[in-house]
Amino acid sequence: MSRGHNELTTPVSANDHAQGPGDAAVTLVEYGDYECSYCGMAYPIVKRVHARLGKQLRFVFRNFPLAEAHPHATAAAELAESAALQGRFWEMHDVLYEHQSALGPADLERHAKKVGLDLDTLEAALRGGGPHKRVQADFMSGVRSGVNGTPTFFINGQRFDGDWRDEEILTAALGARG
Amino acid sequence: MAPLLNVGATAPDFALSDQAGTTVTLAALRGKPAVIAFYPADWSPVCGDQMALYNEVLPLFGELGAQMFGISVDSRWCHGAFAENRRLRFRLLADFEPKGAMARQYGAYRDEDGTSERALFVLDEAGLIRWSYLSPIEINPGADGILATLESMQSEKSA
Repeated sequence: MSRGHNELTTPVSANDHAQGPGDAAVTLVEYGDYECSYCGMAYPIVKRVHARLGKQLRFVFRNFPLAEAHPHATAAAELAESAALQGRFWEMHDVLYEHQSALGPADLERHAKKVGLDLDTLEAALRGGGPHKRVQADFMSGVRSGVNGTPTFFINGQRFDGDWRDEEILTAALGARG
Repeated sequence: MAPLLNVGATAPDFALSDQAGTTVTLAALRGKPAVIAFYPADWSPVCGDQMALYNEVLPLFGELGAQMFGISVDSRWCHGAFAENRRLRFRLLADFEPKGAMARQYGAYRDEDGTSERALFVLDEAGLIRWSYLSPIEINPGADGILATLESMQSEKSA
Protein backbone atom coordinates (compact mmCIF):
# COMPACT_ATOMS: atom_id res chain seq x y z
CA MET A 1 0.00 0.00 0.00
CA SER A 2 2.75 2.44 0.81
CA ARG A 3 5.36 1.94 -1.92
CA GLY A 4 7.67 4.65 -0.68
CA HIS A 5 4.70 6.81 0.23
CA ASN A 6 5.54 10.27 1.51
CA GLU A 7 9.22 10.19 0.78
CA LEU A 8 11.02 12.83 -1.19
CA THR A 9 11.42 11.38 -4.67
CA THR A 10 13.77 14.12 -5.90
CA PRO A 11 16.72 14.27 -3.51
CA VAL A 12 18.13 17.63 -2.50
CA SER A 13 20.90 18.62 -4.91
CA ALA A 14 23.06 21.55 -5.91
CA ASN A 15 20.17 22.60 -8.10
CA ASP A 16 18.08 23.45 -5.02
CA HIS A 17 17.84 26.74 -3.18
CA ALA A 18 19.37 25.97 0.19
CA GLN A 19 20.30 27.88 3.31
CA GLY A 20 22.77 26.22 5.64
CA PRO A 21 25.69 23.86 5.16
CA GLY A 22 25.53 20.99 2.66
CA ASP A 23 26.78 18.63 5.36
CA ALA A 24 24.21 19.72 7.95
CA ALA A 25 22.85 16.88 10.08
CA VAL A 26 19.27 17.69 9.14
CA THR A 27 17.72 18.94 5.94
CA LEU A 28 14.29 20.53 6.04
CA VAL A 29 12.58 20.85 2.66
CA GLU A 30 9.51 23.04 2.32
CA TYR A 31 7.14 22.87 -0.62
CA GLY A 32 5.45 26.24 -0.50
CA ASP A 33 3.22 28.75 -2.25
CA TYR A 34 3.91 32.48 -1.94
CA GLU A 35 0.23 33.38 -1.76
CA CYS A 36 -0.76 30.70 0.74
CA SER A 37 -1.50 32.17 4.15
CA TYR A 38 -0.31 29.03 5.97
CA CYS A 39 3.03 29.31 4.19
CA GLY A 40 3.10 32.93 5.32
CA MET A 41 2.54 31.66 8.85
CA ALA A 42 5.34 29.11 8.46
CA TYR A 43 7.85 31.66 7.16
CA PRO A 44 8.85 33.28 10.50
CA ILE A 45 8.59 29.94 12.31
CA VAL A 46 11.14 28.35 9.97
CA LYS A 47 13.40 31.38 10.40
CA ARG A 48 13.25 31.11 14.20
CA VAL A 49 13.80 27.36 14.19
CA HIS A 50 16.73 27.79 11.82
CA ALA A 51 18.25 30.41 14.11
CA ARG A 52 17.94 28.00 17.03
CA LEU A 53 19.47 25.02 15.24
CA GLY A 54 22.13 26.99 13.40
CA LYS A 55 24.58 24.94 11.35
CA GLN A 56 22.85 21.69 12.24
CA LEU A 57 20.14 22.61 9.75
CA ARG A 58 19.95 23.10 6.02
CA PHE A 59 16.69 24.61 4.74
CA VAL A 60 15.55 24.05 1.16
CA PHE A 61 12.59 25.74 -0.52
CA ARG A 62 10.73 24.28 -3.50
CA ASN A 63 7.73 25.74 -5.32
CA PHE A 64 4.25 24.34 -5.01
CA PRO A 65 1.87 27.03 -6.28
CA LEU A 66 -1.80 26.07 -6.02
CA ALA A 67 -2.64 28.19 -9.02
CA GLU A 68 -6.39 27.62 -9.06
CA ALA A 69 -6.75 28.70 -5.47
CA HIS A 70 -4.11 31.43 -5.58
CA PRO A 71 -4.09 33.44 -8.80
CA HIS A 72 -0.80 35.26 -8.07
CA ALA A 73 1.15 32.29 -6.75
CA THR A 74 2.67 31.11 -10.03
CA ALA A 75 3.89 34.54 -11.09
CA ALA A 76 5.41 35.08 -7.66
CA ALA A 77 7.18 31.71 -7.81
CA GLU A 78 8.53 32.46 -11.30
CA LEU A 79 9.78 35.83 -10.08
CA ALA A 80 11.67 34.15 -7.24
CA GLU A 81 13.18 31.67 -9.71
CA SER A 82 14.17 34.54 -11.99
CA ALA A 83 15.76 36.29 -9.03
CA ALA A 84 17.73 33.10 -8.43
CA LEU A 85 19.29 33.49 -11.87
CA GLN A 86 20.64 36.82 -10.62
CA GLY A 87 21.80 35.32 -7.33
CA ARG A 88 18.96 36.85 -5.31
CA PHE A 89 16.63 33.96 -4.60
CA TRP A 90 16.44 34.27 -0.83
CA GLU A 91 16.12 38.05 -0.86
CA MET A 92 13.15 37.70 -3.19
CA HIS A 93 11.71 34.79 -1.24
CA ASP A 94 11.75 36.89 1.92
CA VAL A 95 10.25 39.97 0.27
CA LEU A 96 7.41 37.89 -1.20
CA TYR A 97 6.54 36.30 2.14
CA GLU A 98 6.74 39.65 3.87
CA HIS A 99 4.31 41.17 1.34
CA GLN A 100 1.83 38.38 0.76
CA SER A 101 -1.07 40.73 0.25
CA ALA A 102 0.78 42.59 -2.52
CA LEU A 103 1.50 40.06 -5.26
CA GLY A 104 -0.19 41.65 -8.29
CA PRO A 105 1.84 42.44 -11.42
CA ALA A 106 2.69 46.01 -10.35
CA ASP A 107 3.63 44.78 -6.87
CA LEU A 108 5.94 42.13 -8.29
CA GLU A 109 7.73 44.72 -10.40
CA ARG A 110 8.18 46.88 -7.32
CA HIS A 111 9.57 43.92 -5.38
CA ALA A 112 11.96 43.12 -8.23
CA LYS A 113 13.31 46.67 -8.10
CA LYS A 114 13.56 46.60 -4.34
CA VAL A 115 15.63 43.41 -4.46
CA GLY A 116 17.85 45.08 -7.06
CA LEU A 117 17.14 42.85 -10.02
CA ASP A 118 18.11 43.93 -13.48
CA LEU A 119 14.68 44.25 -15.05
CA ASP A 120 15.76 43.57 -18.64
CA THR A 121 17.51 40.37 -17.59
CA LEU A 122 14.43 39.46 -15.56
CA GLU A 123 12.10 40.00 -18.52
CA ALA A 124 14.32 37.93 -20.78
CA ALA A 125 14.45 35.09 -18.27
CA LEU A 126 10.69 35.04 -17.86
CA ARG A 127 10.16 35.15 -21.63
CA GLY A 128 12.63 32.31 -22.10
CA GLY A 129 10.44 30.07 -19.95
CA GLY A 130 13.19 28.72 -17.69
CA PRO A 131 11.60 29.90 -14.44
CA HIS A 132 8.24 28.53 -15.58
CA LYS A 133 9.75 25.11 -16.24
CA ARG A 134 11.56 25.16 -12.93
CA VAL A 135 8.36 25.90 -11.00
CA GLN A 136 6.50 23.14 -12.85
CA ALA A 137 9.29 20.67 -12.17
CA ASP A 138 9.23 21.54 -8.47
CA PHE A 139 5.48 21.09 -8.43
CA MET A 140 5.66 17.67 -10.05
CA SER A 141 8.44 16.49 -7.76
CA GLY A 142 6.21 17.55 -4.87
CA VAL A 143 3.17 15.69 -6.18
CA ARG A 144 5.23 12.54 -6.60
CA SER A 145 6.64 12.86 -3.11
CA GLY A 146 3.21 13.06 -1.49
CA VAL A 147 2.94 16.83 -1.02
CA ASN A 148 -0.65 17.23 0.06
CA GLY A 149 -1.10 20.93 0.52
CA THR A 150 0.99 23.93 1.40
CA PRO A 151 3.24 24.10 3.19
CA THR A 152 4.41 20.49 3.19
CA PHE A 153 7.67 19.77 4.98
CA PHE A 154 10.11 16.90 4.57
CA ILE A 155 12.70 16.18 7.24
CA ASN A 156 15.66 14.23 5.88
CA GLY A 157 13.49 13.08 3.01
CA GLN A 158 10.46 11.93 5.03
CA ARG A 159 7.19 13.87 5.01
CA PHE A 160 6.54 15.57 8.33
CA ASP A 161 2.87 15.32 9.28
CA GLY A 162 3.28 16.87 12.72
CA ASP A 163 2.08 20.33 13.67
CA TRP A 164 4.72 22.71 12.28
CA ARG A 165 2.76 25.68 13.63
CA ASP A 166 4.15 24.77 17.03
CA GLU A 167 7.76 25.91 16.94
CA GLU A 168 8.70 23.52 19.75
CA ILE A 169 7.29 20.50 17.93
CA LEU A 170 9.10 21.41 14.71
CA THR A 171 12.36 22.10 16.54
CA ALA A 172 12.11 18.82 18.41
CA ALA A 173 11.35 16.87 15.22
CA LEU A 174 14.38 18.41 13.53
CA GLY A 175 16.59 18.02 16.59
CA ALA A 176 15.68 14.34 16.89
CA ARG A 177 17.14 13.65 13.44
CA GLY A 178 20.28 15.64 14.07
CA MET B 1 -17.38 -0.38 9.70
CA ALA B 2 -16.88 -2.84 6.86
CA PRO B 3 -13.30 -2.81 5.58
CA LEU B 4 -12.39 -0.81 2.52
CA LEU B 5 -12.98 -2.68 -0.73
CA ASN B 6 -9.74 -4.24 -1.81
CA VAL B 7 -7.65 -4.42 -4.92
CA GLY B 8 -9.06 -6.91 -7.41
CA ALA B 9 -12.70 -6.42 -6.35
CA THR B 10 -15.22 -5.25 -8.91
CA ALA B 11 -16.32 -1.75 -8.02
CA PRO B 12 -20.00 -1.70 -7.01
CA ASP B 13 -22.20 0.26 -9.38
CA PHE B 14 -23.68 3.57 -8.31
CA ALA B 15 -25.87 6.33 -9.72
CA LEU B 16 -25.25 9.69 -8.09
CA SER B 17 -25.86 13.29 -9.04
CA ASP B 18 -22.94 15.62 -9.64
CA GLN B 19 -23.01 19.31 -8.73
CA ALA B 20 -24.73 20.16 -12.01
CA GLY B 21 -27.51 17.64 -11.45
CA THR B 22 -26.18 15.16 -14.01
CA THR B 23 -26.38 11.54 -12.91
CA VAL B 24 -23.08 9.67 -13.01
CA THR B 25 -23.08 5.88 -13.07
CA LEU B 26 -20.18 3.48 -12.84
CA ALA B 27 -21.41 1.77 -16.00
CA ALA B 28 -21.00 5.04 -17.90
CA LEU B 29 -17.39 5.34 -16.74
CA ARG B 30 -16.35 2.01 -18.26
CA GLY B 31 -13.69 2.27 -20.92
CA LYS B 32 -11.55 4.77 -19.02
CA PRO B 33 -9.78 4.57 -15.67
CA ALA B 34 -11.50 6.47 -12.87
CA VAL B 35 -10.18 8.07 -9.70
CA ILE B 36 -12.73 8.19 -6.90
CA ALA B 37 -11.82 10.23 -3.83
CA PHE B 38 -14.11 9.97 -0.81
CA TYR B 39 -13.74 12.85 1.62
CA PRO B 40 -15.61 13.66 4.83
CA ALA B 41 -17.49 16.79 3.83
CA ASP B 42 -17.45 19.96 1.74
CA TRP B 43 -15.90 22.92 3.61
CA SER B 44 -14.27 20.86 6.33
CA PRO B 45 -10.58 21.45 6.99
CA VAL B 46 -8.07 19.50 4.89
CA CYS B 47 -10.65 18.44 2.26
CA GLY B 48 -10.40 21.86 0.76
CA ASP B 49 -6.69 21.32 0.35
CA GLN B 50 -7.17 17.79 -0.90
CA MET B 51 -9.59 18.87 -3.61
CA ALA B 52 -7.40 21.89 -4.41
CA LEU B 53 -4.49 19.52 -4.98
CA TYR B 54 -6.49 17.28 -7.31
CA ASN B 55 -7.58 20.40 -9.15
CA GLU B 56 -3.93 21.16 -9.89
CA VAL B 57 -2.99 17.61 -10.79
CA LEU B 58 -6.09 17.14 -12.97
CA PRO B 59 -4.27 17.73 -16.28
CA LEU B 60 -1.88 14.92 -15.39
CA PHE B 61 -4.72 12.55 -14.52
CA GLY B 62 -6.17 13.52 -17.90
CA GLU B 63 -2.95 12.70 -19.73
CA LEU B 64 -3.10 9.27 -18.15
CA GLY B 65 -6.63 8.88 -19.50
CA ALA B 66 -8.35 9.01 -16.12
CA GLN B 67 -11.53 10.72 -14.98
CA MET B 68 -11.59 12.26 -11.51
CA PHE B 69 -14.48 12.34 -9.03
CA GLY B 70 -14.73 13.64 -5.51
CA ILE B 71 -17.51 12.20 -3.34
CA SER B 72 -19.02 13.05 0.01
CA VAL B 73 -22.41 12.85 1.72
CA ASP B 74 -23.19 16.47 0.86
CA SER B 75 -26.05 17.40 -1.48
CA ARG B 76 -25.50 18.51 -5.07
CA TRP B 77 -26.35 22.08 -4.04
CA CYS B 78 -23.69 22.11 -1.39
CA HIS B 79 -21.22 20.56 -3.85
CA GLY B 80 -22.14 23.26 -6.36
CA ALA B 81 -21.34 26.07 -3.94
CA PHE B 82 -18.15 24.36 -2.77
CA ALA B 83 -16.92 23.64 -6.30
CA GLU B 84 -17.64 27.20 -7.38
CA ASN B 85 -15.94 28.71 -4.36
CA ARG B 86 -12.82 26.55 -4.83
CA ARG B 87 -12.96 26.73 -8.62
CA LEU B 88 -12.89 22.96 -8.88
CA ARG B 89 -12.75 21.68 -12.43
CA PHE B 90 -13.88 18.15 -11.74
CA ARG B 91 -17.15 16.60 -10.67
CA LEU B 92 -18.29 16.06 -7.11
CA LEU B 93 -20.78 13.28 -6.49
CA ALA B 94 -23.55 13.63 -3.93
CA ASP B 95 -23.79 10.48 -1.81
CA PHE B 96 -26.80 12.12 -0.22
CA GLU B 97 -29.94 9.96 -0.56
CA PRO B 98 -29.93 7.40 0.85
CA LYS B 99 -27.16 9.03 2.79
CA GLY B 100 -23.74 7.47 2.37
CA ALA B 101 -25.04 4.49 0.37
CA MET B 102 -22.05 4.46 -1.95
CA ALA B 103 -19.59 5.00 0.87
CA ARG B 104 -21.09 2.01 2.69
CA GLN B 105 -20.74 -0.17 -0.41
CA TYR B 106 -17.09 0.78 -0.73
CA GLY B 107 -16.37 0.34 2.97
CA ALA B 108 -15.73 4.04 3.40
CA TYR B 109 -18.63 5.16 5.63
CA ARG B 110 -18.01 6.51 9.11
CA ASP B 111 -20.85 5.48 11.41
CA GLU B 112 -19.42 7.50 14.25
CA ASP B 113 -20.00 10.85 12.61
CA GLY B 114 -22.09 10.16 9.53
CA THR B 115 -19.49 11.21 6.98
CA SER B 116 -17.16 9.26 4.76
CA GLU B 117 -13.56 8.34 5.24
CA ARG B 118 -10.74 9.94 3.35
CA ALA B 119 -10.41 6.99 1.00
CA LEU B 120 -9.08 6.72 -2.53
CA PHE B 121 -9.91 4.23 -5.24
CA VAL B 122 -8.43 3.84 -8.69
CA LEU B 123 -10.59 1.79 -11.05
CA ASP B 124 -9.45 0.45 -14.38
CA GLU B 125 -11.46 0.70 -17.59
CA ALA B 126 -13.28 -2.56 -16.77
CA GLY B 127 -14.37 -1.28 -13.36
CA LEU B 128 -11.93 -3.35 -11.31
CA ILE B 129 -10.37 -1.75 -8.26
CA ARG B 130 -6.65 -1.45 -8.95
CA TRP B 131 -5.65 0.53 -5.87
CA SER B 132 -7.33 1.63 -2.70
CA TYR B 133 -6.04 3.65 0.20
CA LEU B 134 -7.52 4.66 3.51
CA SER B 135 -5.90 7.79 4.88
CA PRO B 136 -5.97 8.93 8.49
CA ILE B 137 -8.97 11.27 8.58
CA GLU B 138 -6.91 14.35 9.40
CA ILE B 139 -4.29 13.76 6.72
CA ASN B 140 -4.69 14.68 3.08
CA PRO B 141 -3.49 11.58 1.19
CA GLY B 142 -1.93 13.51 -1.67
CA ALA B 143 -1.82 12.36 -5.28
CA ASP B 144 1.34 10.25 -5.51
CA GLY B 145 -0.34 6.88 -5.01
CA ILE B 146 -2.98 7.68 -7.60
CA LEU B 147 -0.37 8.73 -10.15
CA ALA B 148 1.80 5.70 -9.56
CA THR B 149 -1.19 3.40 -10.09
CA LEU B 150 -2.38 5.15 -13.24
CA GLU B 151 1.14 5.05 -14.65
CA SER B 152 1.61 1.35 -13.96
CA MET B 153 -1.77 0.65 -15.56
CA GLN B 154 -0.69 2.57 -18.62
CA SER B 155 2.65 0.81 -18.89
CA GLU B 156 0.88 -2.58 -18.62
CA LYS B 157 -1.28 -1.60 -21.53
CA SER B 158 1.60 -0.57 -23.72
CA ALA B 159 3.66 -3.61 -22.74
